[in-house]
Amino acid sequence: MKAAVIVFPGSNCDRDIEVALRQSLGREPQMIWHRDTALPALDLIVVPGGFSYGDYLRAGAMAAHSPVMREVIKRAADGVAVLAVCNGFQIATECGLLPGVLLRNKSLRFACRDVHLRVENPYTPFTQQYDDGEVVTIPIAHHDGNYFADDATHRALLDHDQIAFRYCDRAGALTPDANPNGSLDHIAGVFNRDKNVLGLMPHPERAADPALGGNDGRALFDSLVAALS
Amino acid sequence: MKARIHVTFKAGVHDPQGKAIANALQGLGFSGIDAVRQGKYIEIDLAGSDRAAAERSVKDMCAKLLANPVIENYRVDIDAP
Amino acid sequence: MTTSPGATAITPAVIAQHGLKPEEYDRIVAAIGRAPNLVELGVFSVMWSEHCSYKSSKKWLRQFPTAAPWVICGPGENAGVIDIGDGDAVVFKMESHNHPSFIEPFQGAATGVGGILRDVFTMGARPIANLNALRFGAQDAPKMRHLVAGVVAGIGSYGNCVGVPTVGGECTFDPSYNGNILVNAMTVGLARADRIFYARAAGIGNPVVYVGSKTGRDGIHGATMASAEFDDKSEEKRPTVQVGDPFTEKLLLEACIELMATDVIVAIQDMGAAGLTSSSCEMAARGGVGIELDLSAVPTRERAMTPYEIMLSESQERMLMVIAKGREAEAEAVFRKWELDVAVIGRVTDTGRIVATFDGATVLDLPVEPLADKPPLYDRPWTPIARNRPPVPALPETSALGPALLALLGSPDLSARRWIWEQYDHMVMADTVARPGGDAAVVRVHGTRKALALSSDCTPRYCYADPEMGGRQAVAECWRNLTAVGAKPLAITDCLNFGSPERPEIMGEFVGCVTGMAEACRALDFPVVSGNVSLYNETSGVAIKPTPQVGGVGLLAEANRMVRAAFRAANDAILLVGATAGHLGCSLYARNLAGSDVGQPPPVDLAAERRNGDFVRGLIHARRLTACHDIADGGLLVALAEMALAGDVGAAIGTSPATAGPAFWFGEDQARYIATCVPAVAAAILAEAHAAGVPALRLGITGGNDLTLDGVERISLHDLRAAHESWFPAYMSALSD
Repeated sequence: MKAAVIVFPGSNCDRDIEVALRQSLGREPQMIWHRDTALPALDLIVVPGGFSYGDYLRAGAMAAHSPVMREVIKRAADGVAVLAVCNGFQIATECGLLPGVLLRNKSLRFACRDVHLRVENPYTPFTQQYDDGEVVTIPIAHHDGNYFADDATHRALLDHDQIAFRYCDRAGALTPDANPNGSLDHIAGVFNRDKNVLGLMPHPERAADPALGGNDGRALFDSLVAALS
Repeated sequence: MKARIHVTFKAGVHDPQGKAIANALQGLGFSGIDAVRQGKYIEIDLAGSDRAAAERSVKDMCAKLLANPVIENYRVDIDAP
Repeated sequence: MTTSPGATAITPAVIAQHGLKPEEYDRIVAAIGRAPNLVELGVFSVMWSEHCSYKSSKKWLRQFPTAAPWVICGPGENAGVIDIGDGDAVVFKMESHNHPSFIEPFQGAATGVGGILRDVFTMGARPIANLNALRFGAQDAPKMRHLVAGVVAGIGSYGNCVGVPTVGGECTFDPSYNGNILVNAMTVGLARADRIFYARAAGIGNPVVYVGSKTGRDGIHGATMASAEFDDKSEEKRPTVQVGDPFTEKLLLEACIELMATDVIVAIQDMGAAGLTSSSCEMAARGGVGIELDLSAVPTRERAMTPYEIMLSESQERMLMVIAKGREAEAEAVFRKWELDVAVIGRVTDTGRIVATFDGATVLDLPVEPLADKPPLYDRPWTPIARNRPPVPALPETSALGPALLALLGSPDLSARRWIWEQYDHMVMADTVARPGGDAAVVRVHGTRKALALSSDCTPRYCYADPEMGGRQAVAECWRNLTAVGAKPLAITDCLNFGSPERPEIMGEFVGCVTGMAEACRALDFPVVSGNVSLYNETSGVAIKPTPQVGGVGLLAEANRMVRAAFRAANDAILLVGATAGHLGCSLYARNLAGSDVGQPPPVDLAAERRNGDFVRGLIHARRLTACHDIADGGLLVALAEMALAGDVGAAIGTSPATAGPAFWFGEDQARYIATCVPAVAAAILAEAHAAGVPALRLGITGGNDLTLDGVERISLHDLRAAHESWFPAYMSALSD
């Protein structure tokens, strides 16, 4: 599998993703500076977390119009897998790669903590090493992670099994307290219809090393390596 | 009555948001942009019909909460009911 | 201010506006042999301000031990540097941003974080952790919730955006901070020991380069503001506070680190308080050279800026550097890549003078030495502090331990700080192995087996009651927190927050605290490598409690030997290490009982501190402990409850010694730890403790869902958690003023 991580000037989870990918892949992913728009042949493109261009207008809004994202959109249309984490997810929704939008957290505060997620669709390249309905623990760290979509979009997400993860409690129940940001239908991550693009607010790369307090994110990277190699 | 309040950074206060928006617009090919300033827009529905009193009250709200006079200016417009 | 420096007469009123005393002005005239013009007066006023010159404190700061075999760079540079082996070095410093944060909490706190980050990366280090210490006024004081919300959001917004985890800190409430909250921020960075960059200009003819944000009229005279006390009118004459731009900071950080991989940079300094003035003067002074500046070349954000404004602006996210002649293009290429403004604005000279021109005219021509190295130094009068304290009141029956514990855990000073630290990204960089909420935060040294333990400590109520003992305790507690995770404490930075040094009582507090800190630093081999002094923290003659904040760094040679405060599992033996005399003076328990602080603070026996700590660290290093926690505010029972809550494992505490009673459970005796181990090794550990002269006893065993005391009193973890977790969110949910 050939993997690359897009690096915007304000990306700050690029190294964390690099470490997690290297661990699952056994070699270095390529780091691609946002001005290098001539992408090589790739099987996986990661749009990492951070504050791409400062996020001063809306999270992800400026990066969504960057030339490198136009290339990423083209590759995604060709079937290349795209993993968009946190700010990457915000960028992916702003540029139309994924449906919906990430609003300000309901609390209006930045939230950094472990959350429980329920795996809603384990039949994709991103999630094949999880079980259906498995509850995993992965941290979030965002100010704008409150997923919203209109009724028609939401229905389409349900109809096409596009919901990847939902926020839940320890036992997998969708209780109000388990929703850390007010997301519609507890949605923590969504696929595009073809299941080659995944956007999620939680950071699997921060839960891919037991010393950091959890290893539940590792299966996501292992799934990709198994599916795309 | 409706109060329409614009809160903006004072002239000379560094506005990173405005600067970033200007850069992004230029990056998208919009030319002729000298500068961009970003602010907040707030609407308040008010009971009563005494416009002068409403204006005094809203200005007080601005000074105490809605704006920080250290770095921000505000402009209050009161619409007739 | 006028564009022409000659146009404003230097009257006594102008001198006073610049915060200079008449005798200080006379000293300026004597030093330069003529009257200064307005630009020169402005430059002197900031260089001779308390903030830049340490003129009231320097005499006493000399007591601090600053050397050790592992110290690479002590105080006097942008930050301190210590060696952690294998060619790795840690660069760290703490700084205050108190006054700006009171005036504009979000931006004031945010720019405080920005400033301390720059102090660290300017030395060639990549920042890997932020900490902070926040002191707010009484919980019901006007605007206090607003200040808490703004400061926390501001700190978070800046660190989160730059991508440096905020891993630890302190937050307490006390009426003495009603008009002067404290926001102290600390940054810890990692560098190669042979690639440290200093602010020492060198190489006659080398270009002086400006990089970062453009210069605006931000915070002109911020450095002098930080040295003048508030009065009730300062709310009206509020000066401009800067707005932080963390995205530009991130660009500046990456660009500097990229350029530092080459040998282009000769010297570099952040333009912090007093901006271009202090960075150019201090770089010239440290290098024993002169600097010539063309102020017309400085990138400006606003029209018609005067030389006075350009020299004194405190616009954020700017750096000044001296680069090797002929390497300008390399530097420019890196800064252009990161989309930063860059300009050559001067050169290094051999004149020993700082000279600035503007539109071809000389607007400033001063000798560097009196500016940077010869400020007036004061031996201010001080009175030793001997406070007549109300005694600890008579104690109630011992049977009320449960309610007393619940009240303490649910109090403003001891309740969980989760509401705060969940707003900080404490995990970015994926090396945080001990998250906030424990004794010390622990972050790995990326790509190695090593980790750093970090802690920020001070107990102002002790410092107020007995400054010398309080100073000792601040250092000792920091050392203990690092020890409790298994780290070897290496060095500290400090941020000394006090009232007006012009009052002998305040100066007495300062002298006492510094003396106590120095004693502890010497006894514990814990040198001071950087620091900051913030004086004049008072409003209308009411000063803050003395708050000598200590930020410590310790090393774990092997990160996986770290222990946590959380009870690990059921059936571990619980040991108490250190002597318990039941000292209730200045304790939180006694405060709850009496309604205010009473009695004298606990004595700090530095020899016992060292003996007990070294013993505990040895056990951790030998992997014989399963958990460890230092006993601090609230005493033994609070520490037990914290360990139980962190692990979600209860404990049964057996028949306690003869001293049992509130004094035993809630006394704040120092040099103590609670440790757990598998039962099989408990007896051996107690025997070894005895042999080493370390008091230790077995308290009980972990397990269950309650804290059970002597088989009689049973306090459920559920109730403890509710008390501990509910205060902060409930307090902040009433945010309305």
